[in-house]
Amino acid sequence: MMLNLQIARMIAVRVASALATMLLVSIVVFAANFLMGGDVAEAILGQSATPEAVAGLRRAMNLDQPAYQRYLSWLFGLLAGDPGNSLINNMPVLDLIGPRLSNSLLLAGLTALVSVPVALVLGIAAATWRGSAFDRTISLVSIGIVSVPEFLVATLAVLVFAVMLHWLPALSSTRDIDSLSALLRVFAMPVLSLSCVIIAQMIRMTRAAVVDALASSYVETARLKGAGPVRIVLRHALPNAIGPIASAVALSLSVLMGGVIVVEIIFNYPGVAKLMVDAVATRDMPLVQTVAMIFCSSYLVLVTTADIIAILANPRLRHR
Amino acid sequence: MTDAQSIAPAEAPAAKRQRRPRRINLSGAIGLVTVSFWLVVAAIGPALAPHDVGAVVDLDVFSPASAAFPLGTDYLGRDILSRMLTAARYTVFIALVATLLAASVGVLFGLAAATVGGWIDMLLVRLFDTLIAIPSLMFSLVVIASLGSSIPVLIGTIALIYTPGAFRIARALALNVAAMDFVQVARTRGEGIGYIVRCEILPNVIGPLLADFGLRFVFVVLLLSGLSFLGLGVQPPYADLGSLVRENIAGLGYGAPAVLFPAIAIATLTIGVNLVIDNLPGGRPGAGRR
Repeated sequence: MMLNLQIARMIAVRVASALATMLLVSIVVFAANFLMGGDVAEAILGQSATPEAVAGLRRAMNLDQPAYQRYLSWLFGLLAGDPGNSLINNMPVLDLIGPRLSNSLLLAGLTALVSVPVALVLGIAAATWRGSAFDRTISLVSIGIVSVPEFLVATLAVLVFAVMLHWLPALSSTRDIDSLSALLRVFAMPVLSLSCVIIAQMIRMTRAAVVDALASSYVETARLKGAGPVRIVLRHALPNAIGPIASAVALSLSVLMGGVIVVEIIFNYPGVAKLMVDAVATRDMPLVQTVAMIFCSSYLVLVTTADIIAILANPRLRHR
Repeated sequence: MTDAQSIAPAEAPAAKRQRRPRRINLSGAIGLVTVSFWLVVAAIGPALAPHDVGAVVDLDVFSPASAAFPLGTDYLGRDILSRMLTAARYTVFIALVATLLAASVGVLFGLAAATVGGWIDMLLVRLFDTLIAIPSLMFSLVVIASLGSSIPVLIGTIALIYTPGAFRIARALALNVAAMDFVQVARTRGEGIGYIVRCEILPNVIGPLLADFGLRFVFVVLLLSGLSFLGLGVQPPYADLGSLVRENIAGLGYGAPAVLFPAIAIATLTIGVNLVIDNLPGGRPGAGRR
């Protein structure tokens, strides 16, 4: 692959714009502090607190500093891996998140591992034989799954596999994993229900991308030349659809991040979701903001990677 | 997210116009009936409830469907049908208001940005691109953490989350139209921005915008139900359909109708809207979840 100057510049622009967006996102997330009615220190200490105690806590929490200064120290703390302490139990946010985040990443990673290949194969196949019974079935099922909430797919999965068939446990806990089969049993339900949602989403976008590429004039030429449908899709349409497919995968995986939260709650999975939902309920802002920043940055990394893949995969840029 | 996605829907109506047999097909009819059904339920449902919404009327919990309780009872022994008739109003009403807000603000800014252009356009694009870079569930969780959950906060947050998407679609559609000759003519004639947006651009983009409105409504219902399911949406004593699923999730182990029917209700509402959109003359806009 010839990495010429233009490609390098396009990638640099993309990365710079992602970093700028990240910075703006961090401002938005931090600004949520100011939506909070009243004073955090008063909220923590309760109504009976003396003014001196409130003032002391304000000083300890640096609330007496101007907003931009607090923002900067929060941002640099975040970058240095020290997002502060939880407002509720005063433990470092990082210690609370750390072990749970790896559990969530494991769940998301396994789901991606299962769903990306399945979705790509089914999506491309549906586009290749579009209009066939196979394509119509795939489209109907995927639109059905995309338009229902994640928790419905997950509850149906519990109902079928745990309640009716007794194949799998309805709850998962990473504690009692001692063998491969135990691992499969624990992860099967969450991964299965998450994959359903992601696969449906990805199939629809992959199919649309390939169908788009199939409508172009070079595909028409290939067809007139006498190439078969499989060859047309694999050799002619697919290389041009890599960019859109990459962004379809990135968008679906970002949907996965929202889905992880819902599915973790349903299956009582010890990931970051329970922590996040509890933190929202108790209005523990440092914890909420840290988790939000982790999710936002992974989202931006995904989308930017997809854009870079699209730039690198664009045949028109590569053969110059 | 490339611009190709947001521009794509603009081409759809032109391509579809050639083959436009105006017959109502089956799936469109089913969708229309389902959506009308839920709108009627939202409007008059609570008046039809056989029991009081909050009243514990059954000694047994999670009981199956019977003559007295057509959809069974919930985890406290309350009548599920009555609860659903009221919950549907909350789901439909909150989602509809939030979608209307998001769509009108987004479309207004989108059309204005495309028509005015220049630095105002750039500023708006930058602003909305920042908001769109925050995953929707995360965005709502951060706002709800700082403001607490109430119905006005839910409406405002959800509206804010779905405004950037409406802005992008409207702007992309309007950019195509704004480059056309008749808009140039209007500009040369000295028409104001308001006139151009209202009389020249809007009539040409209204079809795809309506389809986008429907799609946005579906996403809003899904997000709202998801939040309520997590216990962060509509708070007791009020309940929407997502809250009903959450309340009765313990009944899942017995396959209780209390947890199944609210979930199915959400599904029929969203699938119904999707079926209607699929059969609109303008066709379906981009398939992203925004």
